Amino acid sequence: MADDKKTGREIDEVSGVETTGHSWDGIKELDNPMPRWWLWTFYATIVWALAYTVFYPAWPLISSSTGGLLGWSSRATLQQDIDAAKEAQAVFLDKLATIEVSEIQSDAELTQFAIAGGSAAYKVNCVQCHGSGATGSPGYPNLNDDDWIWGGTVEDIYTTIAHGIRHAGDDDTRVSEMPAYGAVEILSKEEISDVAWYVRKISGQEFDAAGADRGQVVFEDNCAACHGDNGEGLRELGGPRLADAIWLYGGEHSDIVAQLNKPKHGVMPAWGERLGEATVKQLAVYIHSLGGGE
Amino acid sequence: MSTTLLKQPDIEPHDVKAVNAGAKQKAQPLYAAREKVHPKRVQGTFRRLKWIIMAITLGIYYITPWLRWDRGEFAPDQAVLIDFPSRRFYFFFIEIWPQEFIFIAGLLVMAGIGLFLVTSVAGRAWCGYTCPQTVWTDLFLVVERFFEGDRNARIRLDKAPWTFEKIRKRVFKHATWIVIAVLTGGAWIFYFADAPTLLKDFLTFKAPFVAYGTVGVLTATTYLFGGIMREQVCIYMCPWPRIQAAMLDEDSLVVTYNDWRGEPRTKGLKKAAAAGDAAGDCIDCNACVAVCPTGIDIRDGQQLECITCALCIDACNDIMDKIGRPRDLISYATLREYNHNMAIARGVDGEIHPERVRRDNKFVDAVMHFDWRIFFRLRTMVYFLVWGLIGLGILIALTARDRLEVNVQHDRNPVFVQLSDGSIRNGYTVKLLNMIPEPRTIFLSLDGLPGATMSINEIDQPDGVSFAIPVEPDKLRSLRVFVSVPRDRVSPGKRSFQFIAEDKQSFERDAYDAVFEAPTK
Repeated sequence: MADDKKTGREIDEVSGVETTGHSWDGIKELDNPMPRWWLWTFYATIVWALAYTVFYPAWPLISSSTGGLLGWSSRATLQQDIDAAKEAQAVFLDKLATIEVSEIQSDAELTQFAIAGGSAAYKVNCVQCHGSGATGSPGYPNLNDDDWIWGGTVEDIYTTIAHGIRHAGDDDTRVSEMPAYGAVEILSKEEISDVAWYVRKISGQEFDAAGADRGQVVFEDNCAACHGDNGEGLRELGGPRLADAIWLYGGEHSDIVAQLNKPKHGVMPAWGERLGEATVKQLAVYIHSLGGGE
Repeated sequence: MSTTLLKQPDIEPHDVKAVNAGAKQKAQPLYAAREKVHPKRVQGTFRRLKWIIMAITLGIYYITPWLRWDRGEFAPDQAVLIDFPSRRFYFFFIEIWPQEFIFIAGLLVMAGIGLFLVTSVAGRAWCGYTCPQTVWTDLFLVVERFFEGDRNARIRLDKAPWTFEKIRKRVFKHATWIVIAVLTGGAWIFYFADAPTLLKDFLTFKAPFVAYGTVGVLTATTYLFGGIMREQVCIYMCPWPRIQAAMLDEDSLVVTYNDWRGEPRTKGLKKAAAAGDAAGDCIDCNACVAVCPTGIDIRDGQQLECITCALCIDACNDIMDKIGRPRDLISYATLREYNHNMAIARGVDGEIHPERVRRDNKFVDAVMHFDWRIFFRLRTMVYFLVWGLIGLGILIALTARDRLEVNVQHDRNPVFVQLSDGSIRNGYTVKLLNMIPEPRTIFLSLDGLPGATMSINEIDQPDGVSFAIPVEPDKLRSLRVFVSVPRDRVSPGKRSFQFIAEDKQSFERDAYDAVFEAPTK
C-alpha cells in the first residue's frame, strides 16, 4: 500500500484507487467515484421534497401549519370517503326506510346489510347494558337465548327497541308491573316462600314439596293472571315465563322471594326517535339473527 | 515455437479501453460521468445460445397470456391468469386459492435454490443469459445496431454534429425502443385479466386506470433500463452481483482469461519470435473489450461488472482461429483448473512462461481441461436434491390436495348460551369451500356430540344433524350455525366433536375438529 503524496490517503496497489481508510477484517473499502447521474438523482429528490412542502401541508406554524397550494387535507379526503360510503349505502338505507321490518329477511342482500349495520349500532348503543356479546347480566336480558318477555319475532323486537320498556316519554312504550306482594302486605311471608317453592317446581329446579303444594294455591289466586296458569308467561302483558331455565333476576329461592317482596323493574329507553327508523330496523334484524329470534 | 504458427493475418487492434480502467489513474473526481459503452457485434457459440434463449424467454413472456384453457362455464378460459379480484391463480390445469399460496412459495424457493445450483455450476449464468435486464438490453442493442451501425459507426455518430441524418437515425431508434417498451408493458397486464377482452378495452380506452398506469410504468422502466441505463443497472442498482459472487467456489465455471497461455501479450508475434522473446497467445487486439456489454477487460480477472455472458469468449475464439492458435484463450474455467495451469506456467521462478504449457501448438499433458464431472460434486448434488425434493413435495401435495374444505370458527362471545328448556347452545361460523368450478351440494353434519342438533340461519330446514347445502362453483359459503345439546345430555366443560363436509358424488370429504363448550357445573 502506497500513500498518495497530495492527500496522504492510502492507495490500493491492485486497482490504484484511493481507499476510504476504513478497514473491516483487513478488507479495505475503495473510494471509487459515484456515477454522476446518481448524484443528479439525489439532487432531484431534494428538489422534489422542497416542492412537495409547497404543494402539500408541511411547515408547522404556531397553532396550525401551512395549507399547501393544492389545498389537500386528510380530513377532507376522509369526509369524501365517508360521503362516498354513505352514498353507496343510500340504496339500502332508502329501502330499509320503506320496507316492513318483517319483510327485510326475505331479501338476502338487505339482510346482510342490516346485520352489518345493526352489529355496528349495537356496539355503540346497546353494549352498556346487554354486554358486548349480547349476553346481558342479572336484570339485563340475554339477547342470544330464546326467552322473550315481549316476543321474539323481528316485529316484536323492533317495537321493543323503538319504544323501549317503561320509558316515561313514549306513549307506546311497553309497560308491565308486578305488585310488591311483600312490601304492601298482599301476601304473608310464608305464602311468599311457598309460592317461590312452587315456581321452582314448575321451572324444573329442586323444591320443598310441602311448600310447593301450598304455593300452588297462592299462585293460582295471585300470579296466574299475568304469568299463565302453568307459568308459561303472557306476552301481551309482559308477564315473564316462569316455567323455564332462564331468570332475569335470578332463580334461587331467595331471588324469587326478593322479587315477590319488592319487584325490580328494569327500564329500557325508547330508541326510535334517537336512532331513526332505518337503524332500529337494522338492530331488530341483527338481534333476531343472534340465534334466539322466533 | 514453430514458425508456421506465427501467421498473423491482418487483425486490426481495437482502439478501446475498458471503462473501469480509468480507476487506475490516481486523481479521480468525486462524481464520474458515465463512459458510454458501445458493444461490438460478435458471432459464435455463446452469441447463438443467447439468441436462442432470448427467443425462448421473450416468446414465453409475450405469448403465455394468449394461451386458452377450457375450464367450463364457471371459470375463465385463460391458461395462465392471476385473478386478483376473485383471488384465484390459474396455471393450466391447476387452480390455486389464496390459502394454497404455499405452492407459489414453494415455487419461489425452488427458483432460489435453482439459482444457487446454476451459480455454483456456471457462475452468473442467470445474469448473462436469462436476466430480463440482459435480454431486453440485448434486444435494444439489436435495434440500435440496425439504425446506427456497429460499434465504430456508433462512436462516429455520437461525435458527429446534429445533421438531419443523425436526427433521423436517433428518432427511429428511440421510436422503435418505445414501441418495444410499450409492448413489454402491455404484455404484463394480460396476465391479470382475460387477454382478448382487456386488449379490446385497452384500445378503446375502457380499461381500468391501473392497466394504463402499469403499462406506463413498465414502458418507462423498460425504455430507461434497456435503452439508456443498460450496464449501469447491473453495476450500480442490482444487488444480485454482490450476493451471487459469494456463491461461487473453486469448482464453479466462470469466464476466465487464461493468462497462463496468454501472457506475456504481444502485438507483433513475428517480431517477438525473431528476437527470441517469449510470447503468449494474446495479441492484445482488445476484441474481448470491444464486445463487452459492460465495457470491462476480462483480462483483469473476475470482477463485479462481469455478467458472464461469454461474448468475449466468442470474440477471442474468432481471433484465435484467424491466427491459428487453439481456441479458449478466454474460456469458461474453474478456479481450480486455472490455478493448476497457472502453476505449470509459472514454474518456480514466478514468471509466466507460455512455452511451459505448450509444445508445438499442443498443450502439455499436465494442462487441466474442462471436465463435465465437476457438475456432480457434493454441493451441486445437495442443491439438486433439495430442489428436487421440494418439487416432488409440491407435485404430491398438488395431486393429493382436497377441492373441498370446511373451516370453523367458534363464537367467542358468548361461548355458550342457555336456552329456556335448559339446553346449551354454541354458535359457530362454518365456511364451506367448493374449490372446483362446478356447483356442488355439500352435506354438513355433526359427529361425536350425542344428542346434538344443528340449526342454520339462512338454510330453511328443520333442526337436525345433517344439512344439504348448495355451494356455488369456485366459491366459499359462510354460514352461521348453532349447535344445541339438550339439558340431560350436556356434559360440563369442553367436549370435542367434528364438523364433517361431504360431497356424496365425488366422495370428497373434509372434517374440522371443533369444540362444544358448556358451563362447568
